[in-house]
Amino acid sequence: MTPEVLSLSNAPALWAAAMLAKILVAFSVLMGIVAYATWVERKVIGRMQTRLGPTMTGPKGLLQPIADGIKLFFKEDIIPNEASKFAFVLAPMMILAPALISMAVIPFGNAYEFTFQGVTYLVPLQITDLNIGVLFIMAMAGLGVYGIVLAGLASNSKYSLLGGIRASAQMISYELAAGLSIIAIFMLSETLSLSGIVAAQQQPLWGITAFPSWMHNWYIFSQPLAFGLFVVGSMAEINRTPFDLPEAETELVSGFCTEYSSMKYALFFMAEYANMVTISAISATLFLGGWDGPFPGVINFLIKVFGFMFFFIWIRATFPRLRYDQLMQMGWKVMLPLAIGNIVLTAVAVLLWQ
Amino acid sequence: MATETMTINMGPQHPSTHGVLQLILELDGEIVVKATPHIGFLHRGTEKLSEHRTYHQVIPLTDRLDYLAPMSNNLGYVLAVEKLLGITDKIPERANTIRVIMAELTRIKSHLVWLATHALDIGAMTVFLYCFREREEIIDIYEKISGARMTSNYFRVGGLSEDLPEGLVDDIRKFTESMEGHLETYEGLLTGNKIWQKRTIDVGYISGEDAVDIGLSGPALRASGVDWDLRRDDPYCNYSDFDFEVPTRTEGDTFARYKVRLDEMRQSARIILQGLDKLKPGPILADCPQVCLPPKKDVVNTIEGLIHHFKIVTEGFKPEEGEIYVGIEAPKGELGYYLVSDGSPHPYRMKIRPPSFVNLQALPQMVEGVLLADVIATIGTLDIVLGEIDR
Repeated sequence: MTPEVLSLSNAPALWAAAMLAKILVAFSVLMGIVAYATWVERKVIGRMQTRLGPTMTGPKGLLQPIADGIKLFFKEDIIPNEASKFAFVLAPMMILAPALISMAVIPFGNAYEFTFQGVTYLVPLQITDLNIGVLFIMAMAGLGVYGIVLAGLASNSKYSLLGGIRASAQMISYELAAGLSIIAIFMLSETLSLSGIVAAQQQPLWGITAFPSWMHNWYIFSQPLAFGLFVVGSMAEINRTPFDLPEAETELVSGFCTEYSSMKYALFFMAEYANMVTISAISATLFLGGWDGPFPGVINFLIKVFGFMFFFIWIRATFPRLRYDQLMQMGWKVMLPLAIGNIVLTAVAVLLWQ
Repeated sequence: MATETMTINMGPQHPSTHGVLQLILELDGEIVVKATPHIGFLHRGTEKLSEHRTYHQVIPLTDRLDYLAPMSNNLGYVLAVEKLLGITDKIPERANTIRVIMAELTRIKSHLVWLATHALDIGAMTVFLYCFREREEIIDIYEKISGARMTSNYFRVGGLSEDLPEGLVDDIRKFTESMEGHLETYEGLLTGNKIWQKRTIDVGYISGEDAVDIGLSGPALRASGVDWDLRRDDPYCNYSDFDFEVPTRTEGDTFARYKVRLDEMRQSARIILQGLDKLKPGPILADCPQVCLPPKKDVVNTIEGLIHHFKIVTEGFKPEEGEIYVGIEAPKGELGYYLVSDGSPHPYRMKIRPPSFVNLQALPQMVEGVLLADVIATIGTLDIVLGEIDR
């Protein structure tokens, strides 16, 4: 008997339960990674900089994220008198929500199979398989910009304003380059659904079967340029060093979040790391075959995500910050033409080989 | 569309104004139209305080001028007093050599903090911690010599407060020899880094002519192509016995100043190693009983020694009436002490020429029309210390 894909029509109660379970697990794992990403970042950068990182809170400082959370939770929540209150409160939510929502369309493992009352069901390990998944992610990333710009404007502080202006310019320019770079992927996969893109990557590498069976035709091999552009572009979009201009603490004190305190600040902090996880997950899905690999699906996926996050942390320990005009120059004069050139090249290649 | 400029108050509480500098910036977007430095937040009245202290009691005050290079401040002051007393030639060879070694260690220490904070300002955080790791070793050497980690108060009029402790020569040699490798690490992280080059090349330019007009000194002057170093051109202590080069560059930008300072650290290491080879046992205080304290052994064993010690500590010494100016090549530039004596045991007037104060004058000119981020880089590259600007 062939297994059926569990859906609303064949077993509504089971489907709802499975959906709820998936959302709960995905959300809690994401928040767990976000909390411990801060610990890992501090430990890893600490080691790179001949320091120890957190050591005092719990064994090896493992309770540090929780201590930080409690501390921020009990801090006085200050809203500046001159700030525009509604927007000021709205901004941190607007930046965290899109970062979390993007995870909804990312497949994190192979379909899970189980038998219930004699019927075998398949549960895809993906909260929802939108047929426009990548567009959805781009849209959510676009929404994230509003949170930062709003925070900068609503604080009514000069440093925040400068941070907000920098953020809007930077994120719009780099979103363009990152968005254009993945068009080449759609051309190869002929689908916008993320599970479709993962499936499309499960071909023998370059058509050669001699490679180990798990070495599949991940798009990093056929689209290395797009991969580079996407990773750099998304790093700029989530404001990681060397693109952390909107908050550049040595220039703008803390940029757009200068005036924030307590949980509102914690939300910005969480959003930064949630964005990092999301971007890592998207890059892994689009270019490294998602959950494809030698181990069980979810583990492959997590390894790739952690690999990307380590890379982002490593970059932070290594590079100085770019200047505003140089950032713009790089976005518009280097990355955009490269992305467009890559699209043209891919189009020609696709036409010739088909 | 009507636009107006935005006035932004950078400092005195700002992460990268190196202490308590306040800059009133007029911004057109991110471009600086005008920058006005405001100083004085760290004013402690060092010059006035010294008028009520004996010459020896002023030495600890000088520690606190440029607190990143205390030994250089001490050195400038004691050289000025010695010249006022006319005992410059009587300083023993060993004391002079140790002074040179310590002054050069101080130069490395000061430059390490400069590199650390400059890199941190531009966003390279790792270099910051690497530099502080090496600085820690110099501070340990300071501690072994003088008991204090930052405010060393080691030099005395006529020589040194005490001789080097046992084994310290080896410590200094070991540290100095390891410095070249550390410098390569920093250069590996920064010099070839495209982002670092973009952030420093052609940023904060100043021509050699303007630099001389403003009165810049030290690495900031030498990076603009003016070959001027007091250690070579107006030698003090026994610098004339040492073999070293004065690194210069002609570009006059932040990258040039960065390279000049790194090369200076290499030359300092060279000088220290030569000095360690030169060190011979001998006295560390000049034979001037009216100025220098007697040896401790005499103080506790003989009544003459005790009285001698008591007289100098309570009354101090009285230079003849006159005035004197002595400038030395401190890590940040020319550090000058102008002393006027009226024949009493206190300086009638002490005027300090701090290099940072003069160098800061170049800032408004250097940052006009640049982006906000370059202001930070320019403050960093001028290597200012507010302790010595505000005095």
